[in-house]
Amino acid sequence: MTGIGAAFKLEPKYPEVPYEEKARLFAEIKADARYDDYLYGCYECGICVAACPSARYYDFSPRRIAQAAAREDVELIFEQIQEDIWDCSQCFSCLRCPRGNNPGGIITIMREVAVNNGLDSAREALKGYTRIIYKIMSTGTQVSPDMLQADAFPDWGPTVAATSENLELWRRALPPDTHHTTKTGWQISTKTLVELYLIWHKTGALDLISELDEGLHSLLEEVMEDLLEEEGYEL
Amino acid sequence: MTIPVELVNGPGRKNKKEFTFSEEHAPEDFHDHLWELEAAGELVVQRVPEPYLEVPVKYGRTKKVPIGQTWHHKSCGQCGHIPGYSTSIFWVNRKLGIEYNDPTDQTSCTAWNYYASATSNQAAQACVAMRNFAAAYESDHFPIIHCGTSFGHYKEVRHEILTNAKLRAEVREILASMGKPLVMPEEMIHYSEWFHAMRHDIAKHQVLDFSKIAVTVHPACHYYKLVEGDAIYDPEVYGGQRTAIVTGLATALGAEVRDYSTWFDCCGFGFRHILVQRDFSRSFATQRKIKRMKEEADPDVTLTHDTGCVTTLDKSQFAAKAQDKDFATIPVLSEAQFAALAMGAHPFLVCQLHWHAADYKPLLEKMGIDHEKAWAEFEEQCGRLERNEAKYLTWEDVDSAPVEAAR
Repeated sequence: MTGIGAAFKLEPKYPEVPYEEKARLFAEIKADARYDDYLYGCYECGICVAACPSARYYDFSPRRIAQAAAREDVELIFEQIQEDIWDCSQCFSCLRCPRGNNPGGIITIMREVAVNNGLDSAREALKGYTRIIYKIMSTGTQVSPDMLQADAFPDWGPTVAATSENLELWRRALPPDTHHTTKTGWQISTKTLVELYLIWHKTGALDLISELDEGLHSLLEEVMEDLLEEEGYEL
Repeated sequence: MTIPVELVNGPGRKNKKEFTFSEEHAPEDFHDHLWELEAAGELVVQRVPEPYLEVPVKYGRTKKVPIGQTWHHKSCGQCGHIPGYSTSIFWVNRKLGIEYNDPTDQTSCTAWNYYASATSNQAAQACVAMRNFAAAYESDHFPIIHCGTSFGHYKEVRHEILTNAKLRAEVREILASMGKPLVMPEEMIHYSEWFHAMRHDIAKHQVLDFSKIAVTVHPACHYYKLVEGDAIYDPEVYGGQRTAIVTGLATALGAEVRDYSTWFDCCGFGFRHILVQRDFSRSFATQRKIKRMKEEADPDVTLTHDTGCVTTLDKSQFAAKAQDKDFATIPVLSEAQFAALAMGAHPFLVCQLHWHAADYKPLLEKMGIDHEKAWAEFEEQCGRLERNEAKYLTWEDVDSAPVEAAR
């Protein structure tokens, strides 16, 4: 293992791949239309690290992300795409960068590449997350009231159990008409859901789920195709 | 943007010269490109409807905030887990007699998932945003965005749509297949900007005295760090050195805003962390935010203006208290709920505080609200639903329900 971060890392938890494969992944990152907007070089001043919440709790540094990208350090970038990127909080406090870099944005692109290529890091980081992806892609809202279950949020205290026990009644007691739902955040029309499903299909967003979780992809595909067929769409 | 070093004099952030933003250090105004593309027939620009208010934003520019005729782009987390948040936004609009649209043809921005998992792509994210904007345009109402992350992400999408012709063409074609036009709002408006712009009108309708209420403010990262040029910076609040959002409203309501050293820190939400790695979120929220606020400012409440921030700061405190019985908690509210309470909103029928985790009862007592009586009033209304006297509570029920507790 080479690169400036090697001394700080234990043995890698991911399989080694040929340099050419690492270079291919970096080329995919650089090819993203946003990349040039997100990287202007690095002063190595550390302002981004000082502002970064993840840097306080993890072996993580937005400065190293910008440095590695600026130096085109393919080995280190591969290490980061397998480990570091999932520590980022995506708060974009690193936009304090005096050079105008956006390390959080670079990480967004790196994560997309990790997901698109079905990398181990993406599968590992998103373990336990698939129900969230299912919820957002199939219903159009990410969190729903019925997700508030005491066994899922034991650290949030007794309010969660009280909410769960009274959920249907408390939702009926909400004055906005759109808020009486329990399985979605608010009421969404069928036509709107159809349009969302078309977006997932036409932009390839649904296809990339297959790289991450084939079972989830099949489930989503079935749900979406059923509704689209009902509404007269042929894919 | 680079901050000229000569404007920062000495340690302890005690700047001798006031920092002023100028065109010299300003990024390009996105409006220039917006008008060019509209003139070229590339997209439709939805104008801010009149009447509107103008507020100061970064770089000395101004931004139009519509008063009414608004299309409320709701938030997943607010509607799902903090329903008193969106309900308070609507209640304040209704109380001020302002017409708005609470649509069912709106989807989530899906950005929480995107920042958490990256299981999407640039085109999909842009299509989701532009489909929502088209829906608002079709209803002849102007989008007002409840979630800080939706607001931040849509500003990113705006930049990408304006500067990337290939993406613009792809999104236009997909929207056209649904019969929708490519529409960009003239301004991206976060609901908290509406509250800031309307703060003096809100204060005129205030029925509770908040002069004894001390608050701390947590400005949401995606509101002012992500595409910073759209955020409100008011010379009257911190001399324009810090975003005026939330703070401006709190002071207009007569509350005392107290500063604390970690105001710039995020809340610890982390997007994926709050769902699958909450040890980080809990630690950051309690150690870097709540504990610091308590030690340095000892507020009665902390106010913020985003879904994730209310969630993380509020929910994280239970575990910290369970681990350390001396951990001092702070109630967490959105400034919309705070404003609604000031205007006499019911703490449970409207502000839905029973969905919150940190103990808010001492705050209500200090505000002069009898929370026991208020809870009894809430249960009485729920009893009507249980007895099938009504299927749902309506705005009319809430408006006509006895609110003896808050007098």
